[in-house]
Amino acid sequence: MDKLLTINNLNVDFTLRSTTLRAVNNVSLSVNKSERLGIVGESGAGKSVLGFSIINLISKPGRIASGTVMLQGEEISSYTYEQMRQIRGNRISMIFQDPMMTLNPVLTIGEQMRETINAHASMSAADVDAICLEKLRKVYIPSPEKRLDQYPHEFSGGMRQRIIIAISLLTNPSLIIADEPTTALDVTIQAEIMDLLLELCETEHMGLILITHDLAVVSQVTQRIAVMYAGSIVEQGATEQLITNPQHPYTKGLLGALPQRASRDGRLNQIPGVMPGLAKIPEGCSFRNRCSLAADICLTQPVLEEKTSGSQVACHMVK
Amino acid sequence: MAFLRRIQRSDFIYYFFRDPVAYISFFILLALFVSAFAAPLIAPHNPYDPTTIDIMDSELPPVWSSEGSARFLLGTDDMGRDMLSTMLYGMRISIIIGLGAVFLQAAIGIVVGLLSGYIRRLDAILMRIADVQLSFSTYMIAIFIGATFQMMFGVANYEKIAAPLLIFIIGLAEWPQYARTVRASVLAERRKEYVEAARVIGLSRLRIMWRHILPNTLSPVLVISTVQVANAIMSEAALSFLGLGMPQNKPSLGSLITSGFEYIFSGTWWITIFPGILLVVLVLVINLLGDWIRDYLNPKLYKG
Repeated sequence: MDKLLTINNLNVDFTLRSTTLRAVNNVSLSVNKSERLGIVGESGAGKSVLGFSIINLISKPGRIASGTVMLQGEEISSYTYEQMRQIRGNRISMIFQDPMMTLNPVLTIGEQMRETINAHASMSAADVDAICLEKLRKVYIPSPEKRLDQYPHEFSGGMRQRIIIAISLLTNPSLIIADEPTTALDVTIQAEIMDLLLELCETEHMGLILITHDLAVVSQVTQRIAVMYAGSIVEQGATEQLITNPQHPYTKGLLGALPQRASRDGRLNQIPGVMPGLAKIPEGCSFRNRCSLAADICLTQPVLEEKTSGSQVACHMVK
Repeated sequence: MAFLRRIQRSDFIYYFFRDPVAYISFFILLALFVSAFAAPLIAPHNPYDPTTIDIMDSELPPVWSSEGSARFLLGTDDMGRDMLSTMLYGMRISIIIGLGAVFLQAAIGIVVGLLSGYIRRLDAILMRIADVQLSFSTYMIAIFIGATFQMMFGVANYEKIAAPLLIFIIGLAEWPQYARTVRASVLAERRKEYVEAARVIGLSRLRIMWRHILPNTLSPVLVISTVQVANAIMSEAALSFLGLGMPQNKPSLGSLITSGFEYIFSGTWWITIFPGILLVVLVLVINLLGDWIRDYLNPKLYKG
């Protein structure tokens, strides 16, 4: 199959005074053409850092320590700032969590959309406007001609997120990275936005990396899921497979913690303990302190390998 | 037209007309501006035209005193110029220097503030330059530059370039005010997600600074601009009072006050008092308006 994005052994380090913290630890991933991949994990698992490292925009003091990111066969992790600028917003778009914050309050949405196109292509003003209107219609904004001249505060939260999606579509990217795109929205709007993203990915043949902590959302939208824990991928596999037959104890714990799975009157299930901070990741398997299956062998680092179930799992105890 | 309609719809106009201090100040300021810039049309005499000035008319008191002349409403100065006309022309010079200096301050300060707020490598050096600049007082710089110019080019030449020079001096001395204000706002804005989004879109740094961050920092800039215009007018008056500002044949409000100051103890009070009152009113209404704009733009402070 055609590989759209390949990440090989990526390590992202944050250097704080004398200590170096590894936020993304030896991650390898790939996304096929028009494939939808979910990245799931708790807060602080390194999901967002991974997303930003793909477009090489990790905020200081973070940096890519080693590893490569390939986009359609080009090694974009070695690109210069200026070369990278031609990739961002053009071939890879990104959507953020809070639509209230990601639009500039003092520019009309028309200005913000035109700017995106003009940053990557030179075409006449009429053509630019035509593209803007076309994309606004794609995300079901009613009477887009009027809307172009309005400011972000004149839109509701759900509409703003749809406008942000429209902005990300402007340059017909081959990959969209959506970093918790529905977390700041209420539940009915969440479903609407996810349906829209799903529909657009299918009609526009775009790849999607959906970063979220919401298992229900990923299971509906994605074809494949990677579960992250403390900077590493602990399990990776087809969505159906991973949701119905989780292998790694952490994935099992996550799924078991869903409120639907708890008995009606009992307490909600939870994974004991909390995820360690980056400075306190235990040696060997990073999950072993919270794991009910932990044994002596867990003091050595498990590798991500294919198990009998068909998923890739990083655990000594899974056959 | 769309812009006008938007202003009309906004609550700016509504709050403006609910606050008597705001609209009274505004209309006084408007009247002062109009009469200053329309001085050649409305002033009864032309103080720059020596042929119309008669030394025999010098030091005439205002019209309501017994020795006053109906030709000179507010009396005349020591050279026989009509006080009212000279004040109107003088106010025009004061306002031009005030606005010009603030324009220069803002231009330098905004660029420096943006650069040091957004490009962290430049921050330390630019802000230390601003600190050094601030550690000299405006008057010290002005006296130094003004005196140097007078020595180098002679008093006669100095008079020709006095107005641009004053704009330059006052503008140069006060830009760190802008730089610091803009830098502080930029530091707050650059962390916001829309800046991140702009970077993700692939916009250039220059464009992010200019189009995305700058417009979001403009409200404090607007507020300090009003205060700075008032300050610049006062600085100019103070420099003129010290003899380093506008020359006597092209007087600003400050130089008028000085020229009358020599006569105040001989009973000719009007040459100093009238320009003084005008200066106070001008500066006061600008400051009151500035206060109102600050309150309006900061909902936390707004009492209405």
